[in-house]
Amino acid sequence: MEREGFECTYLEVQENGLVDLDAFRAALRPDTILASVLFVNNEIGVIQPMEEIGKMLREHKILFHVDAVQALGKVPVDVEAIQADLMSLSGHKIYGPKGIGALYVRRKPRVRIEAQIHGGGHERGMRSGTLPTHQIVGMGAAAELAVQSMESDSRRIRQLRDRLLNGIMSRVEEVYINGDMEHRVPHNLNLSFAFVEGESLIMALKGIAVSSGSACTSASLEPSYVLRALGKSDELAHSSIRFGIGRYTTEEEIDETIELVASKVGKLRELSPLWEMHLEGIDLNSVQWAAH
Amino acid sequence: MAYSEKVIDHYENPRNVGSFAKEEAGVGTGMVGAPACGDVMRLQIKVNEQGIIEDAKFKTYGCGSAIASSSLVTEWVKGKSLDEAMQIKNSQIAEELELPPVKIHCSVLAEDAIKAAIEDYRKKSGAVSAAETH
Repeated sequence: MEREGFECTYLEVQENGLVDLDAFRAALRPDTILASVLFVNNEIGVIQPMEEIGKMLREHKILFHVDAVQALGKVPVDVEAIQADLMSLSGHKIYGPKGIGALYVRRKPRVRIEAQIHGGGHERGMRSGTLPTHQIVGMGAAAELAVQSMESDSRRIRQLRDRLLNGIMSRVEEVYINGDMEHRVPHNLNLSFAFVEGESLIMALKGIAVSSGSACTSASLEPSYVLRALGKSDELAHSSIRFGIGRYTTEEEIDETIELVASKVGKLRELSPLWEMHLEGIDLNSVQWAAH
Repeated sequence: MAYSEKVIDHYENPRNVGSFAKEEAGVGTGMVGAPACGDVMRLQIKVNEQGIIEDAKFKTYGCGSAIASSSLVTEWVKGKSLDEAMQIKNSQIAEELELPPVKIHCSVLAEDAIKAAIEDYRKKSGAVSAAETH
């Protein structure tokens, strides 16, 4: 939109990863036409106050676009409750097929959008092209299963998440949680292991699929922009690991992960000059680093 | 990140990890990088009376290739004179470890660490010999 000449305001989040509703209200302008919010954050799993935002936007007659890709199947997603006008969804985040997504477009009050793909006029002219029936059926079936098992999945996953968190916290010192713990899906745990660099820890956690940021930025060496937005230091952002817990994760896998994390963080700290300095009581912020 | 077997070997079995007491005679310490950039290397050399690096140790905070690069150079500097060690180039490190292009900076850092350690040793020993001749 910016390329087309629209002005965009990017809102900062609070230290816990949640948007400040007063700041959100203050950022609305008389000529604001659209607001877009990430329902559940992909790196730290925090859930934004969507109902409050939706209500505010409806009062101001501003279109509300919701990116619910990470929310679907994890929290109730109700376009009426949050008064969403547009909502993006994706199949692969709900155990469905890759390569299919959906855009919800509200009819009342009507939202008019322009087609991005032109041709034979399929999907009421909105998305021309032959429909991938298998993908559509696959995403639909996955969505049905997700709704059916959401409650039991969430309960079980929360227990596993607590087991993982408590296990790591009791075995490893200097670990920091990124993002609010209350307004958060249990499927995500994002931790910073101080004095250990994230990529080297990922290499050490063989057999466990974790990431140091989102897959979208895995080709970049920059620390996570999400963690930077929380006001985390570059160093802690470089030291973060995102654990994802899913429908098929078992208790044994959680216990193995705790063991592995504890031993590998210990090993990497033995290798880390920063850890040694920390143990000697040196404040790393007082050191004059030769930046490069 | 697809790493070569050599990087993985150095990462999993790092050589010469540890520290010498900084004040010890003959020890030169080089610390380069910054936590905010995601890598800090500390390389230490122990130089004998003939001016030969007889031992080296390192500790590194950083990615797998940063750890491998510093581990490799501790092996390379051992047995070399200071002038010979000064000749080690980052391109040789990158080539030996087959570093991917986005990780070339790790080899640059390792070269800088050698230079910083030698410089520190020279400064210290220069100060000592100056004091002795005084």
